[in-house]
Amino acid sequence: MKGTRGVRTTIALKILMAVSGLLFLAFVALHMYGNLKAFAGHDAYNEYAHHLRTFAEPMLPFGGLLFVTRVVLVLSLVVHVGCAVALWRRAQAARTVPYVVKKHTGATYASRLMRWGGVTILLFIVWHLLNFTIGKVNVSGGPTSDPYDLVVDSFQVWWLTLIYLAAMLMLGAHLHHGIWSALQTLGLTPHARSRRLAKQAAFTIALVISVGFSLVPVFVLAGVIDK
Amino acid sequence: MKLTLNIWRQASTASAGEMKTYQVEASPDMSFLEMLDVLNEELNEKGEEPVAFDSDCREGICGMCGLMINGEPHGPERTTTCQLHMRSFADGDTITIEPWRSTAFPVLKDLCVDRGAFDRIIQSGGYISVNTGAAPDAHATPVPKDNADRAFDAATCIGCGACVAACPNGSATLFLGAKVTHLGELPQGQAERWSRVVDMVGQHDHEGFGGCTNIGECVAACPKEIPLDVISQLNSDLRTAIRKGH
Ligand code: HEM
Ligand code: SF4
Ligand code: FES
Repeated sequence: MKGTRGVRTTIALKILMAVSGLLFLAFVALHMYGNLKAFAGHDAYNEYAHHLRTFAEPMLPFGGLLFVTRVVLVLSLVVHVGCAVALWRRAQAARTVPYVVKKHTGATYASRLMRWGGVTILLFIVWHLLNFTIGKVNVSGGPTSDPYDLVVDSFQVWWLTLIYLAAMLMLGAHLHHGIWSALQTLGLTPHARSRRLAKQAAFTIALVISVGFSLVPVFVLAGVIDK
Repeated sequence: MKLTLNIWRQASTASAGEMKTYQVEASPDMSFLEMLDVLNEELNEKGEEPVAFDSDCREGICGMCGLMINGEPHGPERTTTCQLHMRSFADGDTITIEPWRSTAFPVLKDLCVDRGAFDRIIQSGGYISVNTGAAPDAHATPVPKDNADRAFDAATCIGCGACVAACPNGSATLFLGAKVTHLGELPQGQAERWSRVVDMVGQHDHEGFGGCTNIGECVAACPKEIPLDVISQLNSDLRTAIRKGH
C-alpha cells in the first residue's frame, strides 16, 4: 500500500516482540545464575540477594539497579504481551473457516505452543512474584523474612516444586522456538547455515536455562539443599 | 483404484458451504486433476453440478491449481496439485479436498478461491520501474553470480498461495519474502528497494493476512522449495527501510 509506514506493519510488531523477548532472555539467564547460589549455602545466597541491592552504590541509590531492571521488565512485558495479543487476533481473523483436516508438516511442537505457553508463563510470573517478591507467601506457614529459608521452605512442598518444574518446561519450549524466531525476525538468519546455527543455539540456551532453574527446586526437594 | 472423496461444495462466495462425499474410480497413472475430471464427467452425466476447481498450465508453472488435500497444500508430495499423481494414494483411500482457507482468499465457488490479494501485493511494489522501448542487452548490467542465483531461486515462486494455506497464522510472508528477495538481489531493483518492502508488507497486512511467527509450515508446503532465508531477508530489509525513514 503506497504511503505505508514501516513502523505500522506486522513485522514491526514482531521486531518489538523479538527485542522484548531477548531482554527477558538476558534477565532469566542472570536470574538463573543467581539462583544457583543456593548451592553455596544460606549466607552466600542471602549475601547475593543483598548485593543485588547495593550494586553500583553510590552511583545509584540502594536498590537502584533493581528498580531500573524492574521498570525495563514491566515495560517489556507490556510490549511483548501487547504485540502477542495483536498478532494473535490478526491470525484468528486471517482464517475464520477452519480446515476439516489439517496436518502441521514442518512445524515443531514448541512453535505451536507459543501463545498458550506464553499465557501459562504469564500466570506463572504472577504466582512467582506473589510467592517470592511482592506477597512473600510461605506455603509451609513459616517466616518469610529470610530469602534462603523461604526458598527451602517452599520447595520442600512437593506440589509447589511440581508447579515450578512444569513452568520451566513451558519456558524451555518458549525459548526453544522464541530465540530462533527472534533471530529470524531481526533478519540475522539469511542462509541455511545461519538458520541451522540459530536453531541449535536456541535449543541449547533453552535447555541450559530450564534445567538450570530446575536444579534448585529439585535439590531442595531431594534434601540436598536444606537449612 | 476406488476412492472416497470428501469435497467442499459452496455455490458462491455469499452462500454457506458443506462437505459432500463422492465415490470415484481412478487409475494410479492419472494426475490428481484428471481424477477430478473423471468425477466431474460422472456428475455431468447424472445432471449434477460439477465440482469447480482451478487449473491452467497443468505443468507446475502457473500456480493456479492449489487444493488442500488431506490437510496438506498440494497433497502429500512436494509439488503442485497438477503434478501430483494418484499413485501417491492407495486403493480404498478417503481423500479430503478443501479450498485454501484464508480471509484474504475468498472462496468463489467450491474449491476455487480468489487470489487477487497476491496481485494487489505485486502491484503495490513487486516490480522494477524501467523505461520501455528496445530491450537492453542481457549483459548490459553485470550481476554477481551469487546474487543472480539467489534472485533466480526466489523468482521461482509461482504465487500459488500454498504458503498461506499451510500457515497457522494465515500469513503470506513466504510469498512476500520471495518477491522482496528476488528484486532486492538485483542491481535494477535497488532504486525502489526500501519503498518496495514497506509498501508490499503494508498491502499484505491490509489484505488481512496474518503475521509470521516463523513456524515453517509454509516452507514444507511450497512446491518451489522457497527457503525460510527469504523471510529473514524480508525482515532485515524492512528494518533497514524503517531506519532510512520509510
Ligand atoms: C509473559 C507472558 C508471555 C507471553 C504471553 C508470550 C508470548 C509470546 C508469543 C505469542 C510470541 C510469538 C511467537 C512466535 O514468534 O512464534 C513470543 C515470542 C517470544 N517470546 Fe514470549 N511470551 C511471554 C513471555 C516471555 C518470556 C518470559 C520470555 C523470555 C524469557 C519470552 C521470550 C520470547 C522470545 C525471545 C520470543 C521471540 C520473538 C520473536 O518471535 O521474534 N517470552 N512470546
Ligand atoms: S512461496 Fe511457494 S507456496 Fe508461497 S506462493 Fe510462492 S510458490 Fe506458492
Ligand atoms: S495448473 Fe499450473 S501449476 Fe498446476
